[in-house]
Amino acid sequence: MAAGSRKGYGVYLIPGIILSLAIIVVPLIMTVYTSFTRWNGVGDQTWIGFDNYTRLFHDSLFWSSFGHIILLILAMAVVPTLLGLVLAAVLFDYVAKHFSNRWASLFRSGFYLPQVIPVAVTGIVWGWILHPDYGALNKILNAVGLSKLAVNWLGDPKYALYTVMGIMVWIQLGYPIVMFMSGLQRIDPSLYEAADLDGATWWQRFRKITVYMIRPEFYVVLITTTIAALKIFGQVFVLTKGGPSNATLVPSYFAYKNFFEKAQVGYGSAISTVLTVIIIVLAVVFLRLQARAERTGASS
Amino acid sequence: MTVTATPAATKPDAPQVKATKHRNPVRFGVLLGLLVLLLLVVAPLLVVALNAVKSPSDYASNGPLSLPGHLYWDGIVTFWNRVDFGQKLWNSFISSLVVAVLGVLISILNAYALGIGKVKGRVWFLVFFLVANLLPQEVLVYPLYYLSKQVGLYDSLISVIIIFTVIQSAFGTYLLTSVYHEFPTELLDAAEVDGAGRWRTLWGVVVPVSRPTLGVLFTFFFIWTWNEFFLPLVFLVSNDNQTVPVALGVLQGDRLMDATTTSASALIGILPAMLFFLIFQRTLTRGITAGAIK
Repeated sequence: MAAGSRKGYGVYLIPGIILSLAIIVVPLIMTVYTSFTRWNGVGDQTWIGFDNYTRLFHDSLFWSSFGHIILLILAMAVVPTLLGLVLAAVLFDYVAKHFSNRWASLFRSGFYLPQVIPVAVTGIVWGWILHPDYGALNKILNAVGLSKLAVNWLGDPKYALYTVMGIMVWIQLGYPIVMFMSGLQRIDPSLYEAADLDGATWWQRFRKITVYMIRPEFYVVLITTTIAALKIFGQVFVLTKGGPSNATLVPSYFAYKNFFEKAQVGYGSAISTVLTVIIIVLAVVFLRLQARAERTGASS
Repeated sequence: MTVTATPAATKPDAPQVKATKHRNPVRFGVLLGLLVLLLLVVAPLLVVALNAVKSPSDYASNGPLSLPGHLYWDGIVTFWNRVDFGQKLWNSFISSLVVAVLGVLISILNAYALGIGKVKGRVWFLVFFLVANLLPQEVLVYPLYYLSKQVGLYDSLISVIIIFTVIQSAFGTYLLTSVYHEFPTELLDAAEVDGAGRWRTLWGVVVPVSRPTLGVLFTFFFIWTWNEFFLPLVFLVSNDNQTVPVALGVLQGDRLMDATTTSASALIGILPAMLFFLIFQRTLTRGITAGAIK
């Protein structure tokens, strides 16, 4: 295309550039700058170099908050992706064929339901069900004589993180199912027919064809859910406020506490800067892996 | 008729075979397993709905699983009036709507320049919008909080609307640019032959042709903004300005919240989301895959 025909388009970027500068670029630079200072939110910032980062490095809360994130990646990305893969394949390739498409989409909508509810509201739902005094779950457990199992799900440091993990699986499951089911629609049915003719079992077909064909969706789901796990805030705020005794503390809530409860803005900025760097590095690594997988997939 | 009696002789996808296959216990085992799992997924919401319309004494004596003796609306009504829920619904609705409209508008303008205009340095702009998508809101929140206080927009829906317009349009720009990149040049050339300028081509040709994608973006922006919690929590401190998730979220653990009031509050938080889900269901299932990068 001739360079001349590109003229006159740049002006359309102006509103977007101005807004992005004001809402994203300037605040980002301010946070990174603030992470090198001591500041309580009012008055002057004192430059202290890398002190916030060295403090962070020695802060056991910082390390445990990232440890919790690793478990939450398991609950928000790994488990739902694997479970969703099997469920999507069963729905697409078994229920839709042997019953009807309507059954398959009914299940899909049902599993997706927790995804459409605001995170704060899912927090309330589960906070209520798991409440130690009046919660439905413990009432049921007591009623059927399993009162030993009726623990303080969210209030006991021993169980709180695992409980939050269980809730996250519940919330996330629908997303991979929907993504994978739409990916499966690309697969040429003759591949399955050929596999059937060769006498392949359902499990063999699943491993050799289904999983192979929906690798693009697989990567997308894994990237987006992992990043969502790193950013998790709302559920933790509503369910546990990072407690009890920091058992469910996560980086974003840790930063929030430093910003708005402890007025340690410099330290909070350092936490969120580290979190941002981790997310971007992880995204780059993922995108590279994905590109490589697509290249080898194309050549084989 | 005879075909149904001899399933083994028919092709596997013949409809008649399905009827006989239904009797296969494995098939029903699979269906039963899925139904149990579905029930487990939906059960928390059903239990909430059941107890939202139950009186506190009914709950105390009959527990969470019994059907309510009579429909008891007082929990919902009391909670609605106490938090002025109508106001919260309006705040959520108006901010989500304005963000969705403005977010789509900014996405269109950006994508027109990047995808169709192919302006210089567009790759770097796209990298920027991709990174902007990845940023956790924590890394922006304090300066935004500080700056909004400086310009007098703290504790105002306007600040939340501006911020989410930009955040959502970063995603929208990224998605729409790839759509506009493939925009049929014949249509653009035809518009040029007709003497249409850039502005008229955008609104007369590009926007009408890409309306389905814009609909998906609008739906996403609306629902995402409705569900946002973190930034509204920070920015909307006074009662009159709170959105639905913030109002419900900050009341958790409040001593006024007993068992049935809490489930009533959860139910009225769930209902609008369910409503959107039903209204937008088709756009959403089409769009979740279109918006694969979010």
